[in-house]
Amino acid sequence: MKILYFAWLKTKTGLGEEDVPQLPAGVTNVGQLIDWLAGRGGGFAEAFANRGLVRAAVNQDYAQPDTPIRAGDEIAFFPPVTGGVG
Amino acid sequence: MSVSVQREDFDVGLEYARFVAGRTDVGGVALFVGQVRAESGQVAAMTLEHYPGMTERQIDAIAAEARARWALDACRVIHRYGRLVPGDRIVLVMTAASHRQAALESCHFLIDWLKTKAPFWKYEESETGARWVEAKETDDQAAQRWRR
Repeated sequence: MKILYFAWLKTKTGLGEEDVPQLPAGVTNVGQLIDWLAGRGGGFAEAFANRGLVRAAVNQDYAQPDTPIRAGDEIAFFPPVTGGVG
Repeated sequence: MSVSVQREDFDVGLEYARFVAGRTDVGGVALFVGQVRAESGQVAAMTLEHYPGMTERQIDAIAAEARARWALDACRVIHRYGRLVPGDRIVLVMTAASHRQAALESCHFLIDWLKTKAPFWKYEESETGARWVEAKETDDQAAQRWRR
């Protein structure tokens, strides 16, 4: 599973992307993955402290906390988008 | 339907000429250009970060939705990323149709949805420092107008 971080989530976690070869125990959806990542503490806990500010995508489609995930998925975390027009 | 996500600037006149070249079925073209705005001299520069792959995928999906809702002859979207300064062009949306209403409405729809669906994040530099820009509720409301 590849995990990507964008904008201030990248700044706070200190990572642009990482590989997590296997799904952590008990993790089957996006919300559980966030719990697991926040459990690392430090910048990860800070990045996921306010879940209302974090959006997710699974395989490049917008996802919800209950969206299921699998070991081969590409998962991304980012703030609400701010497209650059007008 | 053609979508480009690129660092380079684009030439509006050239893009328009290419867009309509050889077409005799088009009755109207709507064209929107978004630019970097200096808010009361505050914004010195901004950097647009995006999610390569997902950006193209989401813009393709928005364009497909526009084509499903309006009778369009053609549609073109260019969105830039990277560091931009006030006055720089950011985005181009062009729609062509037999009639003006389809061209104008679909162009408006595309630009409203791009703001809420395309994964771009804005990092602004000003005299007082630099910060990630937060999403605006008004952008969501503008996009909601098109929901049905």
